[in-house]
Amino acid sequence: MNEQSSTQKRNQQTVSGNSSTRFEKEGRTPIVEFRNVVKQFGEFTAVDDVSLKIWPGEFFALLGPSGCGKTTLLRMLAGFETPSSGEILLDGKNILPVPPNKRPVNMMFQSYALFPHLSVRDNIAFGLKRDGMTKENIEARTEEMLKLVRMENFAHRKPHQMSGGQRQRVALARALAKNPKLLLLDEPLGALDAKLREATQFELVNIQEKLGTTFIIVTHDQEEAMTVSTRIGVMNLGIVAQVDTPAGIYENPSSRFVADFIGDVNLLEGRIEGEAKGKHAEGNMLFAANGIETTFSARCPDQLEAGTTCWLAVRPEKIAISKEKDTKAVNQVSGVVDDIAYVGNLSTYHVRLANGRVIKAQEVNRRRVENREITWEDEVWLSFTEGAGLLLAE
Amino acid sequence: MNKGWRRAVLIAVPYLWLLFFFLVPFIIVLKISLSDTAIAMPPYVPTFSLSEGWSGIQNFFSGLDFENFAWLLDDRLYINSYLSSLWIALVSTFLTLIVGFPLAYGMTRAPESWRPRLLMLIILPFWTSFLIRVYAWIGILKTEGLLNQFLLWLGVINDPLIIMNTNTAVYIGIVYSYLPFMVLPIYSTLDKMDDSLLEAAIDLGCSKISAFWRITVPLALPGIAAGCFLVFIPAVGEFVIPDLLGGSQTLMIGKTLWNEFFSNRDWPVASAVAIVLLLLLVVPILIFQRMLEREQEGSK
Repeated sequence: MNEQSSTQKRNQQTVSGNSSTRFEKEGRTPIVEFRNVVKQFGEFTAVDDVSLKIWPGEFFALLGPSGCGKTTLLRMLAGFETPSSGEILLDGKNILPVPPNKRPVNMMFQSYALFPHLSVRDNIAFGLKRDGMTKENIEARTEEMLKLVRMENFAHRKPHQMSGGQRQRVALARALAKNPKLLLLDEPLGALDAKLREATQFELVNIQEKLGTTFIIVTHDQEEAMTVSTRIGVMNLGIVAQVDTPAGIYENPSSRFVADFIGDVNLLEGRIEGEAKGKHAEGNMLFAANGIETTFSARCPDQLEAGTTCWLAVRPEKIAISKEKDTKAVNQVSGVVDDIAYVGNLSTYHVRLANGRVIKAQEVNRRRVENREITWEDEVWLSFTEGAGLLLAE
Repeated sequence: MNKGWRRAVLIAVPYLWLLFFFLVPFIIVLKISLSDTAIAMPPYVPTFSLSEGWSGIQNFFSGLDFENFAWLLDDRLYINSYLSSLWIALVSTFLTLIVGFPLAYGMTRAPESWRPRLLMLIILPFWTSFLIRVYAWIGILKTEGLLNQFLLWLGVINDPLIIMNTNTAVYIGIVYSYLPFMVLPIYSTLDKMDDSLLEAAIDLGCSKISAFWRITVPLALPGIAAGCFLVFIPAVGEFVIPDLLGGSQTLMIGKTLWNEFFSNRDWPVASAVAIVLLLLLVVPILIFQRMLEREQEGSK
């Protein structure tokens, strides 16, 4: 529980303040900077003109569907791939001429890549021995790492004698042993089952906070990215679509792709009618969905002009559902319950609007399911606040 | 009931096979090795016959002794043959490894689509007779053979090399003939290896060369060991290659054995030579078996 609250706190701290822009203003040097990086494999462009700054001490997540270029970006940092064009700076210095074995960067592999012929201790000590440290120092550092990941009692085991979770911890210890400036994690929890993955996410965060090392994690699991990271870079088709804090990405997605990829979202196509008026409607625009009479007031960060075609994005949990019309609600629309997805604590109502589009509204099941007042084919009213909806041009 | 019976039959098949094709011939050879040579047909006494009853059986057993084994120790020829065979087998195994490992390694580094074809090329020589392939080497290695003609034409040498009928020819013959037995097990262990292990080693500070020695080679060890045993064990008893390619001074136990049987017609001594060879090879065979078992446990 303690762990959970610490990550929550961290995410909230950065939601509005956005430390990265603060660093930018202070003229600090980013630990990693991609400058117009392009990577082509033959005809295929895996990474398309990516520019990105990552700050010291961040836990940065590269999130995207498979094939979006996130792993290629990570492998270019490690030195296993060379960009077709562009620059990669580590601590302000161009690292492209530095071979992978000389970079102060370590990687934790998706398959863990533990050396099967070496014990846990020798796996962890492997990198230290390459550095030409003294025997005592190697032993001390190895012990420290074993303690960090709570594997002291397994030091003599071989990789095949351990569970997936234990192997994951050894791989982490091995990658951290050389005290890298930057730790790269390639889908580090992909091979673990759901329960263990959740526990490990918090452990990763704890270790990162304890060491203060910059972590860059690649994942396709949005929940994982939200839980562990301080900032997320959402990637799609080789492009970084948006970089923001987890809350920023969720609440203010910059495009339909990001809105749709992170969490569940309702998207309605329509056009801008004009400026919205009201107490809480500063910067809001009025939106008319195609095929529906009513207009909606929603945030419009892109400052779209009247008449522009755009999409209204609203998260299902931000939509209230009731049988009676709410006289005070600004955004309100009626529909018929098409389907109800019951998952125990929550119910998702699929409501068909007059234009045939189905909108999802999520409610917490405070009552027992037998006492639920809304059921199939009921006429219901959906409502959401002026701050809940977002108008997206693309 | 039925199921248990079927299982018994299934298990019995390999045991019966071993009994008829290994144990029975082995006992016959063992018996001959304990007999005395004689000018007769078969050329040894005593022979086993039930027609003389109990006393016949007693006579039969009293006629057996270890004389021939003592003889093997008396004459330096045999000891020298054994030592020379072991040495030639050892050197050829090493040479086969030197040639086979880069071959197997190169195959695993080749594009995926090429690999079945490359494997096919390794196995292809098995499609022709072993004997013919060894004969072909005579044509290549002899003084006026292809190799010498080629080297003379290139101007690398002025006088033809004398390779034929030397131990060098035997080494070449063994390396050539047993190469697939070295390449295939090494290829299979290297092929199973996860490439990210090498990346991890480089990531942790290894150069490409040290990653090869610290990761690739140790992980290929089971394959290397299997290949070495598969070459060494048959090479010790090899007869055809030293007989065709080796000279009169090439001493190998296979040739000695053949001479005892067919030139000397001394079946008892020849059998004793064979029994001792078997006992010598039991040690590496047992080590090999233990290693396979351990690897199987490891992979579980």
